[in-house]
Amino acid sequence: MRILALDSSGLVASVAVVAQEGKETVTVAEYTVNYTQCHTLTNAPAGAGGLCSIKCKKTHSQTLLPMLDEVVKAADLNLDEIDGIAVAAGPGSFTGLRIGSATAKGLGLALGKPLIHIPTLEGLAYNLWGTDKIICPILDARRGQVYSGIYEFDGDDLKVLAEQTAVDIEELGEKLKSFGRPVIFLGDGVPVHRDALIERIMARCDIAFAPANMNRQRAASVGCLAIQYYQAGKIETAAEHKPDYLRVSQAERERAEREQRQ
Amino acid sequence: MDERKDVLVLAIESSCDETAASVVRNGREVLSNIISSQIALHTLYGGVVPEIASRKHIEKINQVIETALSEAGVTLEEIDAVGVTYGPGLVGALLVGVAEAKAIAYAAKKPLIGVHHIEGHIAANYIEHKELEPPFFCLVVSGGHSHLVQVKDYGKFEIIGRTRDDAAGEAFDKVARAIGLGYPGGPKIDKVSKEGNPEAIAFPRARVGDSLYDFSFSGVKSAVLNYINGCRMKGEEWNQADIAASFQKAVTDVLVENAMRAVREYRAEKFAIAGGVAANSALRSAMKEACEKEGIDFYYPSPVYCTDNAAMIGAAAYYEYLNGTRHGWDLNAVPNLRLGER
Repeated sequence: MRILALDSSGLVASVAVVAQEGKETVTVAEYTVNYTQCHTLTNAPAGAGGLCSIKCKKTHSQTLLPMLDEVVKAADLNLDEIDGIAVAAGPGSFTGLRIGSATAKGLGLALGKPLIHIPTLEGLAYNLWGTDKIICPILDARRGQVYSGIYEFDGDDLKVLAEQTAVDIEELGEKLKSFGRPVIFLGDGVPVHRDALIERIMARCDIAFAPANMNRQRAASVGCLAIQYYQAGKIETAAEHKPDYLRVSQAERERAEREQRQ
Repeated sequence: MDERKDVLVLAIESSCDETAASVVRNGREVLSNIISSQIALHTLYGGVVPEIASRKHIEKINQVIETALSEAGVTLEEIDAVGVTYGPGLVGALLVGVAEAKAIAYAAKKPLIGVHHIEGHIAANYIEHKELEPPFFCLVVSGGHSHLVQVKDYGKFEIIGRTRDDAAGEAFDKVARAIGLGYPGGPKIDKVSKEGNPEAIAFPRARVGDSLYDFSFSGVKSAVLNYINGCRMKGEEWNQADIAASFQKAVTDVLVENAMRAVREYRAEKFAIAGGVAANSALRSAMKEACEKEGIDFYYPSPVYCTDNAAMIGAAAYYEYLNGTRHGWDLNAVPNLRLGER
């Protein structure tokens, strides 16, 4: 079985081909670029320098398909021979999610292949296969919130302890503490909330932060998880696929608030 | 004899609030024209909400494309090129169509052709007027655009007049809201105007001092708002149909006057209109009358090809295909794309 996997839910763009033959599952090719600009890591204005030297003004719209093309060429992949297209389908940047989903839907339509809808945070949690800590990926959702879910590994299986949702970081902290277990954090919400987590929210708790080789979205993880989804029959048609934003649009939220006041 | 093979274009349009796909043969023959409109959804908000539009596009786009192919009775394999609107428009909305079109073209190994939305509107005239060929002049008027364009050749344009502020369709929407007609303003003003007197109120016909062909519609819009306020202060009743008809006449007069000035100055022999506002019955008849008076041919698309659709994108993509335009897999949505830019 061969799965083409995409993740453009955040600042990282990632494309991978994951294949399973018998008991062996391998990542055939993966191309991951973190388009984080230095100012988003250090809060310094763009061009002022900082932690990260990658300064790229390109968007996923310009990069994702050329990256996919590189992966296909490097893996010498015949697209007609893939079994499905997996996509990190939310939460994340609304625009980023749609670029990934529209790309997956277009591929699915043209190739006549099913899509596999992988929750972004499950894909991220899968990066930390084998840990005995509970896994808490956080994505910056602005307005004081993060997109987060809580996971653990039970053997080979990723178990969901709390479904992914948009949540206040304080509320998330309370929930995590209720498990009374060591926690490992990852995701682009970490640079935003790390200090608050260490000093206040999770003070005196056993917490850790995933290292740089596994702390952001990776399409290979999305692809591995997708093989399990596929085998469990959790696939959908390209036509029915849509991202899962976990949030309504601002206009809908404001309209609901207006109606509530009246 | 030059016997060229037929060229089939699959076209996709998602620049605003219509998700559309079409199959067009040789730029002029529409084999299918599927439009999924979101108007009802945006009516709740009094206008197009970009995030909601983008979300709807991604939900509908595959069904729309699949229906376009099946209604045309062609398979993706038989398609020669994929055309897609890549600007101008709402960036989030454009991105859905662009990402989808790129992925389809890539997986099906077809050339990709990014199309300018306005170029599409102009090309809508080719669909029903098989004899129409450049050069001609075209007035493109819609919710987002008001351009007087010299079409020099297929894919070659010069904008000789443009709005300095509101687009014509935008003024229609704002006035419609002010007089209680709601969204979308164009068709509603058109309808109610038929019961009103276009000479009832003298709204200003704005001239842009330093340009012969530019438009300005914010003045007439403000004049309508002031008129309503004045009536309210004096405790007078105002007549919705008369305001609508008089406003529509003021806008139409300016559009026709500038257009005919260009026709005379450039000695144009053919004149076309395009865009959502080109579906307005008053503009169509005034423009027709003016062109007859000038003794030139007048062209206009059916209403379904005036408002946003993908058939017009397929028509424009065909001529770009013949011109050799091919876009790469890095094609991006360009919300403020200029006409004639590549």
